[in-house]
Amino acid sequence: MERDDIIEYSLDAHHSEEEGKKIRKKIWFVTALLTIVTAAEVLLGVFWNSIGFPWSVVKISFIIMTIVKAGYIVMVFMHLGDERKTLRWVILAPYALFIMYLLFILLNDATVLYNVRQALGI
Amino acid sequence: MSGEASKAIEPNVLWGGGRSPFSVSYGKMMMWFFLISDALTFGGLLASLGFMRHKFADSWPISEEVFFHFPFTHAHLPLMYVALMTFILIVSSVTMVLAVEAGHRMDRKGVAIWLALTVIGGLFFLGSQAWEWSSYIAGPDGLVSTWADNATLTQNPYPGKDGGPGAAHYTQFFFFVTGFHGTHVFSGVVLNFIIFLGVIQGKYENTGHYEMVEKVGLYWHFVDLVWVFVFTFYYLL
Repeated sequence: MERDDIIEYSLDAHHSEEEGKKIRKKIWFVTALLTIVTAAEVLLGVFWNSIGFPWSVVKISFIIMTIVKAGYIVMVFMHLGDERKTLRWVILAPYALFIMYLLFILLNDATVLYNVRQALGI
Repeated sequence: MSGEASKAIEPNVLWGGGRSPFSVSYGKMMMWFFLISDALTFGGLLASLGFMRHKFADSWPISEEVFFHFPFTHAHLPLMYVALMTFILIVSSVTMVLAVEAGHRMDRKGVAIWLALTVIGGLFFLGSQAWEWSSYIAGPDGLVSTWADNATLTQNPYPGKDGGPGAAHYTQFFFFVTGFHGTHVFSGVVLNFIIFLGVIQGKYENTGHYEMVEKVGLYWHFVDLVWVFVFTFYYLL
């Protein structure tokens, strides 16, 4: 049965050959970027000790590079950057809030427990 | 990208009922909701990994000293194999997004080719993971038959610093995190294959749009996204 009260949004998502070329160009750009960042991560992971970077700097740069990669995957590959701003917030904000809270609690407690282990020698 | 979501619509029309205020279909919305809940599961797993890593910081093994094997060679190549696996998954994610793009042009042949390549990329990743697991279980000597130095859930042949309890937790997290992710990759490959069959049958050509490809594409990109985090927080940090 045909229903005329459901709007078919994806019929609107079609694009022409010309627009497709532009989109593909962007996809290849993101591909190159993801590959380069991954290569940089691996090289840093293997050589950080012999170059003499302090671990705290290496750690933070790993996390930053990961978030950059994740951002490009979510915004370009998953097309979240093309969706409405409200949808973007509905998806990202509660998740970020919850995970940041969880990380804060767990990592804080882990450090405390580490100190307890050291003090008691277990 | 063109489409409903990029049109400027008055808020009172958009939120006035009778339409999706997000300009997405029911199926896509539900896929996003599912991905959020799945991301929370993975987030919980990786957060607990961080917890254990910090609690047993003194005896946590260093991944570069555990993962240095590479197929067909005995050279010492730390993290190279994991980097290759990451690259395979990124490339299969790219072929997926190209399939979605071809779908927007109603290019049935293009969708079929790119989707088939995505399935092949996923199978390559699963094969790599099987090799990774077997070489990890085999332990430092590379032999599965010598049971005493194999990696299991309770025993770890890779000594951490000072031989403390961190080493055993490291092994458990290896099996749980990569195993849970591998299960997702497997179901992603199955879903992609089902949609691929639909594409060559011309199912979506008749519907008038390839949104089904976009929806499984969301799931597939999510699998890639999770691996990006596993790669950093398990193998690098």
